[in-house]
Amino acid sequence: MQTNFSPAQLADPDIAVADKILRSCVHCGLCTATCPTFVTVGDEDDSPRGRIYLIKDMLETGAAASAPVAFHLDRCLSCLACMTTCPSGVDYMHLIDYARVRVEATYARPAHDKAVRALLAAILPYPARLRAVLRGAGLGRLVRRLTHDRGSFGQRLHAMLDLAPAVRIPRGSTERPGVFPALGVRRARVALLAGCAQQVLDPGIHDATIGLLTRMGVEVVVAKGAGCCGALTHHLGKHAAALGFARANVAAWTREIGADGLDAVVTDTSGCGTTLKDYGFLLRDTPEAADAARIAALAVDISELLVRLEYRPSRAPVPQIVIAYHAACSLQHGQRVTGAPKTLLRRAGFTVAEPRDSHLCCGSAGTYNILQPEIAGQLRARKLATIAPLRPHAIVGGNIGCLTQLAGAGIPTIHTVALLDWMAGGPRPAKLPSDAEIAASQPIPDLGLAPENAQS
Amino acid sequence: MIALPLPKADVLIRRDAVHAGLRVLLPEGCVITDPTRLKPYETDGLSAYRQMPLAVVLPETTEQVAAVLRFCHENGVRVVPRGAGTSLSGGALPLADAVVIGMMRMNQVIEVNYRDRYAVVRAGVTNLGITGAVEAEGFFYAPDPSSQLACMIGGNIGMNSGGAHCLKYGVTANNVLGVRLVTIEGEILELGGTHLDTAGYDWLGIVIGSEGQLGIATEITVRILRAPEGTRAMLAAFEGNEVAGACVAAIIGSGIIPVALEFMDRPAIHACEAFAHAGYPLDAEAMLIIEVEGSVAEQDWLLGQIKEICAGFNPISLKVSQSAEESAAIWKGRKGAFGAIGRISPDYLCMDGVIPTSTLPMVLRRIGEMSVQYGLQVANIFHAGDGNLHPLIMFDANDPASMHKAEAFGAEILCLCVEVGGCLTGEHGVGVENAI
Repeated sequence: MQTNFSPAQLADPDIAVADKILRSCVHCGLCTATCPTFVTVGDEDDSPRGRIYLIKDMLETGAAASAPVAFHLDRCLSCLACMTTCPSGVDYMHLIDYARVRVEATYARPAHDKAVRALLAAILPYPARLRAVLRGAGLGRLVRRLTHDRGSFGQRLHAMLDLAPAVRIPRGSTERPGVFPALGVRRARVALLAGCAQQVLDPGIHDATIGLLTRMGVEVVVAKGAGCCGALTHHLGKHAAALGFARANVAAWTREIGADGLDAVVTDTSGCGTTLKDYGFLLRDTPEAADAARIAALAVDISELLVRLEYRPSRAPVPQIVIAYHAACSLQHGQRVTGAPKTLLRRAGFTVAEPRDSHLCCGSAGTYNILQPEIAGQLRARKLATIAPLRPHAIVGGNIGCLTQLAGAGIPTIHTVALLDWMAGGPRPAKLPSDAEIAASQPIPDLGLAPENAQS
Repeated sequence: MIALPLPKADVLIRRDAVHAGLRVLLPEGCVITDPTRLKPYETDGLSAYRQMPLAVVLPETTEQVAAVLRFCHENGVRVVPRGAGTSLSGGALPLADAVVIGMMRMNQVIEVNYRDRYAVVRAGVTNLGITGAVEAEGFFYAPDPSSQLACMIGGNIGMNSGGAHCLKYGVTANNVLGVRLVTIEGEILELGGTHLDTAGYDWLGIVIGSEGQLGIATEITVRILRAPEGTRAMLAAFEGNEVAGACVAAIIGSGIIPVALEFMDRPAIHACEAFAHAGYPLDAEAMLIIEVEGSVAEQDWLLGQIKEICAGFNPISLKVSQSAEESAAIWKGRKGAFGAIGRISPDYLCMDGVIPTSTLPMVLRRIGEMSVQYGLQVANIFHAGDGNLHPLIMFDANDPASMHKAEAFGAEILCLCVEVGGCLTGEHGVGVENAI
């Protein structure tokens, strides 16, 4: 596609990168079809191609981001379905990432919008802060019943409260650095990204990962100095904060490589995995560029690692447990990991069904369900409507955001690794229905088939 | 550069009044007038041509479409209908004094009747969305433009779109049974019905392919067909474009009608393989994708016949797909071909000429010579079976001289198509690209 940058503009390395990306787009429009916001809203401005055009215009004119540009870019989920679809290989991720930074730097957001974003960036990446806030959420729910604020701030506040777990959650085992030694002969040594929100919202996920890996002969390190991967702030356009997190992690894991070596940096939160794998690009202009590229190359999703380690179940399968595999966008589009989780779950003895339109985002998308509750709600409803006909005993996926987003619809949401751990000697996921309940349920015969005529 | 019709000064002056009038007719959020938000609507799949519209409306019902058309007619305002904006001929290119009517919100399947094998859909349903709605019951909608993932049935009506499988099943006109059409005056007409051949004049024949000049189709009744028992694709690799072209002519000449017969040359093979990883022969100068369908015995017999014909043209390799996954990858590469050219060139012009199949070898040779003469690469990807050429001329839109050359090159190809007894558009429509 034609671009119109002056030589002076192109001297800016960020603009040069953006120009290269824009030029690779031939404007064919295939991306529109698999974009969750385009199919929901029906406006070119809310499609990947439209956003690319808005970004092109913003960068070419060099003007501050206008309210409409911020509005439409904010509505992008960064699910990256467009990148899976794009035949030209347009690097939309790096384009929208850079555009978000520009919006953050040049657009004066309304005060309430600014406040919500600052709040999210100040709380979510820090487990202790998040825990403290969640303790207050019970009180918040009471407040909610008493308030009828339907304004944007109120809606977003309600969205946040809806996502907070109703029960008090104990502190997880990964909130302090430590080494979890391999049981038996050590086959490998990996760093686990303890991350931020997940270990507060559901510490059982890390426990399952650690339990499973150590039983498989893998030493798991939660490195000192590592924390949030930076994705949350990155997607809010808060570049400096994101870089700070990324640099801290790179430094922490590089120290581990120097100490006792690392075979992989593993994450069981696919949203973070996409960012870890991009550290080489994110830190390309910093002194740690080489280290960052090395860490990015070591980064793997837990499902990739388990395939590599030739995961085998040790427990006899419980017949007829039907799970709906929910492909998190960060896993299927961001990292292009599509087969591994399903292969593992089938190997563990589960009947795996997939909903129709599995490429479409569930609306979670990091902080999206808080910042854009309306579209997020529509996508959630759509996703649940495609899952329901599968009549699963659980919705299973590899990203805490999706599991939280899809919870509360009468079907338990469970992390892939929790099920795999169970079948290999770990504890049974508490949310799974009992054997008796499973035996009593009637699975439908034609699993995985699309519901009739559900086009929209 | 093509000269577009001059905008009407009196309409441009009344811009605000037109905006206000449209806002009265449509719900909130269905009228776009902000210049920033209009910008992405200034072009379609032919992005070298751009023009900001007066406004964009996104109606949600036939009645709203009628109201907008009535208003625009009464006020002398031009309209440009738009589906997904995938046109390669500038079909959705706005005019400065025109209201773009975007149909993408009308994306509902209204009715599916398996017994009588038809489906009623709104104009903004994607081509592949129709098949998506009926495939669980073993049905499909036949015409399959390469943009079928995104392009909308309303636009298919406008352009009488074809596709790889039209060799056997015919183009859009052969697969549409009825339309609800809103005329330019805002009148709602029902044309055709739910079966082929309705009484009286063939109004559908006039409307389909009329590029929105006679009205806007808002609801379409399409024929759905039983999916074949099975299909198998075969890749035949050749040492040159001409010999592959001659092979196509021989296959068609023998009386065999494969369900699809597609041609790709070296640049196209490489670009598409990088995207689809389909096992395309990277050592070939030209490749044919030949697909047959039916029972296993039928497929075997047809493939045997085709292989025998291919053998007469010194093929480098003949490879039959061994699985559904392999076939899917083969088609993923072909369907994504135009976009995949983005991997090797920032811009392309996609021509859409039609020629008698017997002239394929000569026309391909001439295109190759022109490519040298103009100094511009060309990738040939097209429906060889029905003689519908899609030479993709690669150029750099950031270089005006390159763009100029590309247009001249394209014009010369189309002249050649006409010279050999063909025509200058097959399935993409006239749009603005071929208008002058």
